[in-house]
Amino acid sequence: MAYKIIVCAKQVPDTNEIKTNPETGTLIRDGVPSILNNDDANALEEALKLKDAYPGTKITVITMGPPQATEMLEECLAMGADDAILLSDRALGGSDTWATSNAVAAGIRKVVAEEGDFDIIFAGRQAIDGDTAQVGPQIAEKLGVPQVSYVKEFSIDGKEITVKRALEDGYELIKLQTPCLLTAIKELNTPRYMFINGIYKAMKYPIKVWNAADIGVDLNTVGLKASPTNVFKSFTPKPKEPGKKIEGDTDNDLAKNLLIALKKKHII
Amino acid sequence: MNFNLTKEQEAVRKMVRKFAENEVEPIAAEHDKTHEFPWEVAKKMGQYGIMGIPYPEEYEGAGGDHISYAIAVEELSRVDGSTGVICSAHTSLCTWPIFGWGTEEQKKKYVPDLASGRKLGAFGLTEPNAGSDAGGQQTVAIEKDDHYVLNGAKVFITNGGVADTFVIVAMTDKSKGTHGGITAFIVEKGFEGFSIGKTEDKLGIHASSTTELIMQDCIVPKENMLGKVGEGFKVAMTTLDGGRIGIASQALGIAQGAFDKTVDYMKARKQFGKTLSKFQALQFEMADMKARIEASRLLIYRAANFKDLHQDYSEASAIAKLVAAETAMYVTTKAVQFHGGYGYTADYPVERMMRDAKITEIYEGTSEVQKIVIANKIFGKK
Amino acid sequence: MAIKDFNAVKNIWVFAEQRHGKLMNVALELIGEGYRLSREMPEGTKVCGVLIGSEEDIAPLADELFAYGADEVYKLADPLLEQYTTDGYTKVLADAVEELLPEIVIFGATHIGRDLAPRVAARLDTGLTADCTRLDIDMNNYIDFLVRDTTCNTKGLTPEDPKKDLLKQTRPAFGGFLMATSIPPRTRPTMSTVRPGVMKKRDRDDSLKGTPIDVKVNLTEDDIKIQVVEVVKAAKELVSLTDADIICSGGRGLGGPEGFNLIREFADKVGGVVGSSRAAVDAGWIDHSHQVGQTGTTVKPKIYFACGISGAIQHLAGMQTSDCIVAINKDPDAPIFEVADYGIVGDLYKVIPQIIAEWDNAEDLANHAE
Repeated sequence: MAYKIIVCAKQVPDTNEIKTNPETGTLIRDGVPSILNNDDANALEEALKLKDAYPGTKITVITMGPPQATEMLEECLAMGADDAILLSDRALGGSDTWATSNAVAAGIRKVVAEEGDFDIIFAGRQAIDGDTAQVGPQIAEKLGVPQVSYVKEFSIDGKEITVKRALEDGYELIKLQTPCLLTAIKELNTPRYMFINGIYKAMKYPIKVWNAADIGVDLNTVGLKASPTNVFKSFTPKPKEPGKKIEGDTDNDLAKNLLIALKKKHII
Repeated sequence: MNFNLTKEQEAVRKMVRKFAENEVEPIAAEHDKTHEFPWEVAKKMGQYGIMGIPYPEEYEGAGGDHISYAIAVEELSRVDGSTGVICSAHTSLCTWPIFGWGTEEQKKKYVPDLASGRKLGAFGLTEPNAGSDAGGQQTVAIEKDDHYVLNGAKVFITNGGVADTFVIVAMTDKSKGTHGGITAFIVEKGFEGFSIGKTEDKLGIHASSTTELIMQDCIVPKENMLGKVGEGFKVAMTTLDGGRIGIASQALGIAQGAFDKTVDYMKARKQFGKTLSKFQALQFEMADMKARIEASRLLIYRAANFKDLHQDYSEASAIAKLVAAETAMYVTTKAVQFHGGYGYTADYPVERMMRDAKITEIYEGTSEVQKIVIANKIFGKK
Repeated sequence: MAIKDFNAVKNIWVFAEQRHGKLMNVALELIGEGYRLSREMPEGTKVCGVLIGSEEDIAPLADELFAYGADEVYKLADPLLEQYTTDGYTKVLADAVEELLPEIVIFGATHIGRDLAPRVAARLDTGLTADCTRLDIDMNNYIDFLVRDTTCNTKGLTPEDPKKDLLKQTRPAFGGFLMATSIPPRTRPTMSTVRPGVMKKRDRDDSLKGTPIDVKVNLTEDDIKIQVVEVVKAAKELVSLTDADIICSGGRGLGGPEGFNLIREFADKVGGVVGSSRAAVDAGWIDHSHQVGQTGTTVKPKIYFACGISGAIQHLAGMQTSDCIVAINKDPDAPIFEVADYGIVGDLYKVIPQIIAEWDNAEDLANHAE
């Protein structure tokens, strides 16, 4: 049994490394490295585990992004992915999640046209820059396949898939069939590193770069002007204030005032 | 001349750094205490190709260059000097002589297991009476029928207690000395008459296994001779030329790691109302350290590059090791100093780094031996 | 299909998420928020709770929604909807939107909300903004917020801005470092998922009553492509220090190992993990696995409670990048107060039990503390 897997991935700034200017509160973006989005690494790892178990499985990684996103694709290839596609076009710029899902779905349709149907699309639950968790489900809707999000455990037998879908306080045990789209969370697995020999191969690999015309997407459904949500303003929260001393006459007052302060700032 | 790393080399640095931070750093302090060899880490390094970076894929190597290899050893050493030398001794001192001097049969038999990390390797040259004067070999190898019988002991052998494959040199003709009297052999752990002796209790690199090797009527089949009879000293010296690039990288990594930790500490520690990073005297010293570290780095890459180009790298690697090892000792000592009392305790990693750094000035040719190599190039051997 | 006629849509719908016949708290928060917004919109705009599920599960919930402020309640009932499935809920909700044309639809950003909302939005080809922490119609309120709480340059932004009637949805991005307000210029309904625990529930008023409206649903078994075999409530898995959102950490100030009984109680109450300083571990009061600091674990939780911890540099090295540090210590000069966001100078044995006692009241306390 050899599966055809598509992995949707995104190159993102490493928001864990972002610092803010303590005086102005603005983001310091210089020197923040770009990485393969964490949840997408989990998505790719699950595909790679499937390939380990079923040799002959083909993993195609697809991403929509600027030209430098090829670095992220090279990393995926070095981890063991077989093929990599970058969807890049000025016309796709400024896309919100709906527009992005239209573009990526069109890219996946092209892969299907060239190579046949996929069995599973693995995507990460959400990207650490956008934090929306919307693109995976929206791609599934555009392609007309069932979705399961927040996947924390996965197994497959032929066409039958069994997954555990995380809830806040437990999980749902779900069965479904290929083809489908699954979004991965951190608990699903521990992503492998790049292989050293994989690195050398990946840097020589001819990554496909497709523009809007190549994927035949309707230009009225992608890009900034077509996006149903637009950013009106973007800003940073006021910089962290220096520490506050909680006041109170009694211990109960102290406790109450602390909780009020924490709740007002939505810390709890 | 482009001083930037290639995309591949950058990616190797990124990968090994991540591996080192996730897999090696968390256990480094503990293994320094227990002296336990990091088997799990060694296994994973093998799986990812870190144990065979400069060897071709047809021999299960990673198909990389020597600068990538140097970067890998540096990144491992940056968090743990022991792990750096486990990789370096294996790759440069065992796999390399077999790959460089071996017959096709020997290469096919031994290199894949080593380059893939399935087996570990070590190199036996040093003896109780033959350290810097490596030519004074007292281990003898006597030809008999279809094999050689080896008798003698090797000392201070890195990876000694954990290796399966050993490249060992012995005296085959005492009258010829270093010019034709020493021969190299590939010895397997299981050969009759071969055993591991004492395990050394060292100042540093505690997780690295350093042992005595004992050959007592050790039977080595003739087809395991590495190179021709009498070529053994050449095998050993050329092996050490490459090994120096590895040790220089280990020293560089240790220095860089200690330096990075010191920067973090100086930004956090406040005395006299300001952080240590604001004191100019200390800033100047940090600048000096950085300059030495960068100089070491470039000398290493230069030697590695010569090796990749199949040019003579003997002097370049000696210079690299001489400078990098001295830099490691200098930087780590300053690192402890700048951490103050805390730096002297096991709470902070810099004391371990200082203890680890010292060996880089000693093994695979002491700094004094490196100076002999360099001086011979300046003035000629006569 | 995208609704382009902005005059055709009206009212705010709240997906009143229920699980096994119990309304999620966020549903009530959103009714409250929907109520507030609807009163800033053209007269007659209603906030409507939308219940989806089996008749037995959702019928009793309508009264609760009215009591918390819903003007209308729609019921989409079917046995096939008893268990949440993406396919079932997407179909019936998308159909209902196309039939009844709400202007705004908001969901709690729960695991279910974040699974359902994007699928519905994609089916309707309409805009969806995720994880909102603020919704505004009134331009003055919005400008005040920007000036008061953000670094936004509001030059040129006036209450007469052409975007003034659009729903302004503010949300965090970049892991919380960045905030963005998004607006829906070209599609309806406007959809948002909203972070639980942020919006204000109205006070329950059982005198507010109403009759729910049954919406006919068109659903067959073939519409649902997955099978939920079982739903398992898992006991809280042991979270590690590095994964913990909240850490309750004790130090030398506890005075003895019994102090950790209080810390454990504290951690249990707030859903946190127990941490400790090196001093407490060295004194044998707790196992090394709980140690935070240079020779322990480095942590970065949302909240770090440092109880009876002085704040020596080796400890700070392990926790100073926490999102929020709360220090409780008898000594007003303890170095921990220099890095703490909130400091309480007091006896932790007196203060912490009070925090435990009042923890569940935090929302009420904050609402009435204006």
